[in-house]
Amino acid sequence: MYKYASPKNFYALAGRLIPWLGTITLLLFVFGLYLGLYVAPPDYQQGDSYRIMFIHVPAAWMSMFVYVMMAGAGLVGLVWNIKLADMLATASAPIGASLTLMALVTGSLWGKPTWGTYWVWDARLTSELLLFFLYMGFMALQAAIDDPRRSARAGAVLALVGVVDIPIIHFSVVWWNTLHQPASIGSLGRIVSPTIYPSMLHPLLIMSIAFFVFYFTVVLIRMRGEILARERHTGWVTQIVRSGMEAQGARP
Amino acid sequence: MTWNSWHAFFAMGGYADYVWGAYGFATLVLFWNVVSAVRKRKAVLKMLRELALADQAPKETGAQRYVSE
Repeated sequence: MYKYASPKNFYALAGRLIPWLGTITLLLFVFGLYLGLYVAPPDYQQGDSYRIMFIHVPAAWMSMFVYVMMAGAGLVGLVWNIKLADMLATASAPIGASLTLMALVTGSLWGKPTWGTYWVWDARLTSELLLFFLYMGFMALQAAIDDPRRSARAGAVLALVGVVDIPIIHFSVVWWNTLHQPASIGSLGRIVSPTIYPSMLHPLLIMSIAFFVFYFTVVLIRMRGEILARERHTGWVTQIVRSGMEAQGARP
Repeated sequence: MTWNSWHAFFAMGGYADYVWGAYGFATLVLFWNVVSAVRKRKAVLKMLRELALADQAPKETGAQRYVSE
């Protein structure tokens, strides 16, 4: 296990994992979409508009999960000075930001037919919007600092301060009055004895796993890029670069 | 099954714009993630290759030394 903590070995391991994870992601998406768009019946109140749930809910869950990963990795990098943790945090930010945007946009498109409005400044929507700005702030801050160590440290501190937004998002539908519906799943116990029908629950769970594996696939691709950039002065990266040049026919 | 025809499927019970709009946007975001991640790594490799070529050039200029630092 420890041997994969070195950037060189991690780069190779990630390269082997990515095709497998990508294939699993694709299969899960196909199966989840088949169940969600084709098999599942319309909702008795919302008709077919509720099908937006199958992307909105996984995107919203992942927006929070990726943030916790980012802040957690930032903390590990801050305390133990582990480069790979810093790279995980940096690589997670654009993915998390895009999934947060996806949650906001799909939620808005679900809100219009269901609530009659695209947007309302309630606690759930506002705290999710704040999450988007936290991701953007993290990326802007890291981009503004050239030194990789200082950049990682500054980003980690920002991510850790922003982590208070996560419980606020989660409990916002409980603590404040809102148009947003309360959680249908919410805890593991609800998956065992859910408040929604299995024909609707199963596509939701499969799409959630698909988003989950998707994140790990993309974050590994991004981390490989980060590793090459930050380890560029090491011998093994030089070797990769040189073999690539020879493959392209460039004269050494 | 749920749908009587392809037409009914695409109509989404009258919610076509919202449902397909949401699914379309989600597809765009997923594709952007994959493409930008792959491009990022390729861009780093390309930059490193150019730096390596610059290092091999007969005379190294101050600017190149600055870039490779």
